[in-house]
Amino acid sequence: MSVDAATVKRVAHLARIAVSDEDVPKLQSELNAILAFVEQLSEVNVDGVEPMTSVLPMAMKKRQDVVTDGEIVEKIIANAPASQDNYFLVPKVIE
Amino acid sequence: MSELITLTLAEARDGLKAKKFSARELAQAHVDAVEKARALNAYVLETPDHALKQASRSDERLARGEGGPLEGLPLGIKDLFATEGVRTTACSNILRDFIPPYESTVSSQLWRDGAVMLGKLNNDEFAMGSSNETSAFGPVASPWRRPGANTYVENGKIVGEPLVPGGSSGGSAAAVAAHLCLAATATDTGGSIRQPAAFTGTVGIKPTYGRCSRWGVVAFASSLDQAGPIGKTVRDAAIMLRSMAGHDPKDTTSADLPVPDYEAAVGRPVKGMRIGIPKEYRLDGLNPEIDALWEKGVAWLKDAGAEIVEISLPHTKYALPAYYIVAPAECSSNLARYDGVRYGLRVPGKDIVDMYEKTRAAGFGREVKRRVMIGAYVLSAGYYDAYYLRAQKVRTLIKRDFETVFDQGVHAILTPATPSASFGIGEKLKADPVEMYLNDVFTVTVNMAGLPGVAVPAGLDAQGLPLGLQLIGRPFDEETLFSLGAVIERSAGRFPVADRWWEG
Repeated sequence: MSVDAATVKRVAHLARIAVSDEDVPKLQSELNAILAFVEQLSEVNVDGVEPMTSVLPMAMKKRQDVVTDGEIVEKIIANAPASQDNYFLVPKVIE
Repeated sequence: MSELITLTLAEARDGLKAKKFSARELAQAHVDAVEKARALNAYVLETPDHALKQASRSDERLARGEGGPLEGLPLGIKDLFATEGVRTTACSNILRDFIPPYESTVSSQLWRDGAVMLGKLNNDEFAMGSSNETSAFGPVASPWRRPGANTYVENGKIVGEPLVPGGSSGGSAAAVAAHLCLAATATDTGGSIRQPAAFTGTVGIKPTYGRCSRWGVVAFASSLDQAGPIGKTVRDAAIMLRSMAGHDPKDTTSADLPVPDYEAAVGRPVKGMRIGIPKEYRLDGLNPEIDALWEKGVAWLKDAGAEIVEISLPHTKYALPAYYIVAPAECSSNLARYDGVRYGLRVPGKDIVDMYEKTRAAGFGREVKRRVMIGAYVLSAGYYDAYYLRAQKVRTLIKRDFETVFDQGVHAILTPATPSASFGIGEKLKADPVEMYLNDVFTVTVNMAGLPGVAVPAGLDAQGLPLGLQLIGRPFDEETLFSLGAVIERSAGRFPVADRWWEG
């Protein structure tokens, strides 16, 4: 399978990465090189094979449903590009 | 006190205990060396004051006869490990000013055991790369030069043809090889510990998935990422791993198993061990020097009493293509968090989606963008089954290959670490991305199956550059790798960099 210019733009939008029109051809050829490389997998017989979900058998640990952390609002907003009154500030999302 | 920096971690530890020198002297010698090596670009942040303060406290503890297993030993930390109050960037512009309010579990265990932090080490952006050339801070130069190539330092800059140290843990490998720390932390998603170790004549181990906590390590591909050390010797790597490993309730994938005394495995006899030689690793067109080195490795292990058996891992050739579906898929999901809202770079936009898109366009480098986009594509509606699901099924087959040979009584597997020695900075950037990906052809299977793997220096190529061999072990049997790695090290000798040309 290979991607066309429109698909490159669609995928860029899905990935939330702005891509300029000049950049599309180069990205398209790079993505197609990678997709051509992974194409080899289609020759493997995977009938009846379970997809891997965990690399090693391991029982999921459970813990008590109790609060173990918190009251660290200053730490949480310390790296925010914009914040006010302990809230993260973003552009308006609801008209 | 420059000779202090050429000590191994174990020698420095023993010297401190015997009071031959102080932790402060040891730290100062390293701080000075780091300052003189800026041309290599191994460190992206130096923390000399922090190091000297920690060293003074170590001296106090040592004077009282106390101190942990790493007391007073200066280390470098890959910039993928969050360090509380100390800038952590993953070498990405999107995290350029990020100061973590928390400490990664692995690094906190190093400080618990008395280690000293010299600074943060360069790596490929978000650990995506095999040459350290994708870092937002620029490439790292290997302390190795091609003999005869006119490479030198002028006005603090390298002139000539510097070589890559490998990647993604290029800063870690270069710093250890150039004596800019006694050992370093690193991470490995497809070969990022073992390939740079092989390129720089150092020892790097990727432990079993789950051996080290991933908490506080910037995530790339969560089902593959694993932390491990790079050291000057097999013993040093063993000492480091004991401190880095262990169960962490904050990482549900970390294994709740006791951590053995790995150092005790160094020097343990390997007589009677069965070592598998996978025929599928004998690639068409394999560099004859690599093949010859592999044969030497076989002979060394045989001399030490190991039994050599040919084995088959039939799905080997599919590991790399499957990796380039699984890793980008997980990366596109993990990197969704960099949206300019809670931390990191923000570029304003006309609405919130425009802000996300501009932020990520400005903050991510080319390789990261490529992988995020591939990931978004293979996970998108209509393609999920053809790509992602199929790759995860192939992964099951890869793991089954290993289980079959381990069930046949094989204790470990010997392979080359890399298909070639190091190459020049910029040499592989013009080719398509797949060319670079092929560097990890021998290492990536190990991540896909969650197994431990160690790269040990084994010789020099015709150009005089280091080459490594890889040993792959059974799950959670890192001890066998240390025992076998020590045999290779004893047979091949060590390959320290003698000429500190970068000091100008």
